[in-house]
Amino acid sequence: MNAPAGQRLEGPGLAAHIAQEPAIAFRNVSKSFADAGGAAKVTALDALDFAVPRSSITCIIGRSGAGKSTLIRLVNGLEKPTSGSVIVDGTDVSALSESALRPVRRSIGMIFQHFNLLTSRTVYDNVALPLEIAGVNRRAIEAKVMPLLDLVGLADKSRRYPSELSGGQKQRVGIARALATDPKVLLSDEATSALDPETTRSILGLLKRINAELGLTVLLITHEMQVVKQVADRVAVIDGGRIVEEGDTYSVFTRPQHPTTRTLLADVVGVHLPAFVTSRLSPEPKPGADAVVKVIFTGPNATEPVLAKLGETMGLHLNILAGAVDEISGRPYGTLVVSMDAGPETLARARGFIHDLGLETEVLGYVV
Amino acid sequence: MWFEILRLIVNATGETLYMVAVSALIGSLIGGPLGIFLATSRRGELFAAPAVNGILGIVVNATRSTPFIILVVAIIPFTRLVAGTSIGTSAAIVPLTIATIPFVARLIETAIRDVDPGLVEAARAMGATRLQIVSKVLIAEARPGITLGITLTVVSLIGYSAMVGAVGGGGLGDLGIRYGYQRFMPSVMLAVVVVLIVLVQIVQTVGDLLARHFDKRARRT
Repeated sequence: MNAPAGQRLEGPGLAAHIAQEPAIAFRNVSKSFADAGGAAKVTALDALDFAVPRSSITCIIGRSGAGKSTLIRLVNGLEKPTSGSVIVDGTDVSALSESALRPVRRSIGMIFQHFNLLTSRTVYDNVALPLEIAGVNRRAIEAKVMPLLDLVGLADKSRRYPSELSGGQKQRVGIARALATDPKVLLSDEATSALDPETTRSILGLLKRINAELGLTVLLITHEMQVVKQVADRVAVIDGGRIVEEGDTYSVFTRPQHPTTRTLLADVVGVHLPAFVTSRLSPEPKPGADAVVKVIFTGPNATEPVLAKLGETMGLHLNILAGAVDEISGRPYGTLVVSMDAGPETLARARGFIHDLGLETEVLGYVV
Repeated sequence: MWFEILRLIVNATGETLYMVAVSALIGSLIGGPLGIFLATSRRGELFAAPAVNGILGIVVNATRSTPFIILVVAIIPFTRLVAGTSIGTSAAIVPLTIATIPFVARLIETAIRDVDPGLVEAARAMGATRLQIVSKVLIAEARPGITLGITLTVVSLIGYSAMVGAVGGGGLGDLGIRYGYQRFMPSVMLAVVVVLIVLVQIVQTVGDLLARHFDKRARRT
């Protein structure tokens, strides 16, 4: 939010301005690499603009090779953009030298797909490492490490080595380590991709808790849609080095616009029609055919006995083909696919009836 | 007579240990950092200096491919400059050290290269300086490999030291050749070989134990 021209920013106005400023902003960022041969350039990011709101959990999803890893590494300067700037907490990190980046990096925690814990150090010493690097004294390190191990539930494992831990425990150590220097931003590079679904859930729960308790901005990149669904407030879809779609998770997941988003979400949200239906589905109405309609429940009307009323008032015969209820960032999202013996006119009236109840419909096709 | 031979063996063992210890120590002190540099100075790495890396690589290879006995003779002027003489046990330390440096360097280079690059990335993300990355990540993580490399170096040095009899270096190898071979005393030869076997066995066992102690990675069974 920009202040009107001429208005000076101070006091509460300044505070509000800072609060509104995104934690991370990518401005017209491009990044290209020389390919293996060295001659041709490979464009990883192409004039990308993107902002991560303060204290949000923002997910970037995309296929492998879409530029996700490059994007997240720009935030702590592990990669430099070819052009454009990356602003973290008001500082243009893309303009900083390696030595000027060091203090900035201490305010940005990072967790990794393969945890990247030092095998030669105990759990305690791994969490202590960023503090040692920052030159913190031994006593202050101890005062910091034990509460962090408590936070991630590993206080009893402080003298163990990473090789003695499970994958989920290793990532908990990774999280504790990333939090050791009190960062404002936490970067997660596919942090749950090497974990089983149950462990993934518990790690995501931990990230959510940290986000809520510490007000930390979390930026995750992942190719796992389940991760986004469970944890993200906001989601951005990257494809071909650009952000092709972004918004709050619920809207993007329930109303995906871009073809890439639709493809990525195809198996995650909503229902799958059984093959015997899809094989007989035709896009044009035929005499005597039943209309196949998807009814989408998003609002509080999800509890209304819609179908019963519909059958009753319109005298329709409804047949349920598929149904599912998802939970997307904590909100229910229901989909039901029904077939009804309705001609074009009746169908339009039936849809109007459903819309009046606050639900949405989509005609998928017609089956004989 | 037997007492005399025993005295010779004890003396020769002392000379061997002295030569091996000093050249292993100095060789590692120079070869270690060289190895770390070789492992981290290629394009895009921590201390990227591809040209220097290339030249050092060639020098290291050249030194390693020179047969040790030729190296001993070839660097006699240098040995005289450093040790003040080109004959005797102390003088023999010079060529032994020169041969050790590239040997250790390559072994330590390999050990450092084995460290997961993800750990270096994690340390960079924490804001570590390059020297902190070397000391807290690379050396710490490569300790088992470095230990085994130095063990191998010491074992090889025990073998090399047998050749410095050519310049009056003394030691067990020299004793074996002069008494066992030239004076037809196979029992001395046998005794020398037994002492060498025991020495190597001890060094290797200690090295293995140390490396095992340092290695906290999951053990494959």
